[in-house]
Amino acid sequence: MTATHTPTIPPPRRLKPWNAVERGLAKVGISGRMLVLAAPVLWLLVFFLIPLAVVFGISLATKQFGRPPYSPLLTTEEGTVQLTLHLNNYIRLFTDNLYIAAYLSSIRIAFISTVITLFVGYPMAYAIARAPDRWRNILLMLVILPFFTSFLLRVYALTGFMRGNGVINQFLGLFGIEPLVMMQTDFAVYVGIVYTYLPFMILPLYTTLVKLDVSLFEASADLGARPLRTFLSVTLPLSLPGIIAGSMLVFIPAIGEYVIPSLLGGPETLMIGRVLWDEFFTAANWPRAAAVAVAMLLAVVVPIMLLQRAQSAVVER
Amino acid sequence: MAKKSTQLAIDTRPWRDTSNNKPFVRIKNVTKKFGDVLAVHDVSLDIYKSELFCLLGGSGSGKSTLLRMLAGFEQPTSGTIEIDGQDMTEVPPYNRPVNMMFQSYALFPHMSVEQNIAYGLKRDNLPKGEITDRVAELLSLVKLQDYGRRKPHQLSGGQRQRVALARALAKRPKLLLLDEPLGALDKKLREETQFELVKIQESLGVTFIVVTHDQEEAMTLATRIGVMNLGEIAMVGEPTDIYEFPNSRFVAGFIGSANMVEGVVTEDEPGHVRIRSNELGCDIYVGHGVDCAPEQLLWWAIRPEKMSLSREKPVPPHDANVTSGIVEEIAYLGDISLYQVALESGKRIRVSQTNSVRGNPDAITWDEKVYITWSDSSGSVLTV
Repeated sequence: MTATHTPTIPPPRRLKPWNAVERGLAKVGISGRMLVLAAPVLWLLVFFLIPLAVVFGISLATKQFGRPPYSPLLTTEEGTVQLTLHLNNYIRLFTDNLYIAAYLSSIRIAFISTVITLFVGYPMAYAIARAPDRWRNILLMLVILPFFTSFLLRVYALTGFMRGNGVINQFLGLFGIEPLVMMQTDFAVYVGIVYTYLPFMILPLYTTLVKLDVSLFEASADLGARPLRTFLSVTLPLSLPGIIAGSMLVFIPAIGEYVIPSLLGGPETLMIGRVLWDEFFTAANWPRAAAVAVAMLLAVVVPIMLLQRAQSAVVER
Repeated sequence: MAKKSTQLAIDTRPWRDTSNNKPFVRIKNVTKKFGDVLAVHDVSLDIYKSELFCLLGGSGSGKSTLLRMLAGFEQPTSGTIEIDGQDMTEVPPYNRPVNMMFQSYALFPHMSVEQNIAYGLKRDNLPKGEITDRVAELLSLVKLQDYGRRKPHQLSGGQRQRVALARALAKRPKLLLLDEPLGALDKKLREETQFELVKIQESLGVTFIVVTHDQEEAMTLATRIGVMNLGEIAMVGEPTDIYEFPNSRFVAGFIGSANMVEGVVTEDEPGHVRIRSNELGCDIYVGHGVDCAPEQLLWWAIRPEKMSLSREKPVPPHDANVTSGIVEEIAYLGDISLYQVALESGKRIRVSQTNSVRGNPDAITWDEKVYITWSDSSGSVLTV
């Protein structure tokens, strides 16, 4: 073919039906970008912010019998609107030792569980990241596999292992060891939390570790660092973002954990999730429960913000 | 890199006198298999002190695997590696007197330039003051005095390359391994850095082994080149040997460009050889003896710049070494022009001519009939 024919006429513009819609919306001042952003904003507004505001509102009421079981914030009396805010729920949180003890104990249990999860999860994540390609996806699948069964079922299954005549004690009995008391202890709660949240630690750790350039480890060895030194000086600092992300994903839900302490923990295992449950369902004190919830939210949000700041500092470096 | 001629050749080229010089690195019958794949096959190589040895080869030729075995990242399947008289085959990388400059530079992203350079020195537990001095010394060697506190991601590619070099040199290794040291730099920077690298190597007297796929780089840098192909060493020699006297069709074709034709030996004398080549459409008269037999099929290779073009038929001695064809393509490269001439057999021959006359109006042009001629020592006779 000779080069005489060059297409100079552009192909006819196809009329797209959404062009008209787009132009119509633009006239009102709505762009496509706004619509895309609007969806998540709307979702958060309806399912998170508004309920949160409702909870916050309830926390400023007092308990009363009836339906709803709390006093209204706004009352109309003789033509005037009155706003009544009761702060005694919050005051009680700070004066009643039960709540302070429950918060501290929740944070302690969540913290210790997070540390254990990190120590258990790091080697696993490292092994998966360094495994041959064909094994990696299988191993990751095994990490995620527990999610395919109900969380409740898995925690129940743990009781079968840890109870007085459970699998572990029967096994120990073969060697003539006295049965251990594991159920209804803090130990059982740690086992439950570590077991349940391990994947949340492994996955972010894995994603940071797998991205690390192998030649960095080789360079470290080449410069005279033994494997442990390489781990401490190169691998560990470079996997810090994963450590922070994983710890956050374990620590935050563990603080508010309710199911694990009530199924595995004993009466002395004090966690804020259980206190909240008791206030809500046993004492039917909605305003108090709401105040506990709001305070818990603050207790969780503060560490998130601190960790996030630490993480962005790491990324900047 | 050619050494200054004022120096005694024997001092600077220990490989020419193997009886009096002990090799510094001795690779003996090294083979490396990855599963069923033979990456390096029975390689034996001696490298001498203060050499700048280039391992040159295409991808998958085994050159990087060989380098990684020298660093200790890979274990040979069989064979031994000796460095400075000591068997290093089983020694882990952190105990070898060897440092490596990685192709990706492998700078620690969470450490500053200074910390990167000091990393190896800290592993030797040197006193703090000494480390600081050494780091400063190395920074000035690579001309990065003001960049010590920067992080690698705040540096340009060329600066990172120099940090990697400084880090690899920090422990004063006996042997420095460089994996494609200039591969990530652009052409201009690469040329500048080449000479810098040679200068540093000469001033420190460290033995360098450089892996590269860039033959120009190898030619510029190396005291000697080891050409690798399919896991084996195809040829070892000084750059001029490799270019002018290739030992095989692979080396002739891999290094530079070469015209290669098939031929049959018609005269096999101690002082000369005559080869008849149908492809070339003439006889080739070679002015020296060749280890071959009459009627043997072999190959003859010649570089484009070793031939000349003319409009008039030259009268060659021995009634050989002249053929003719039609100019098909001309590539003007400034200093030279490259002519592609189609012979009667259909074979295409590339001839380069120096453009010594400015804007020559009488230059040979497209579709002209031309004669190609060469001297009786210009080509290489290749039997493998």
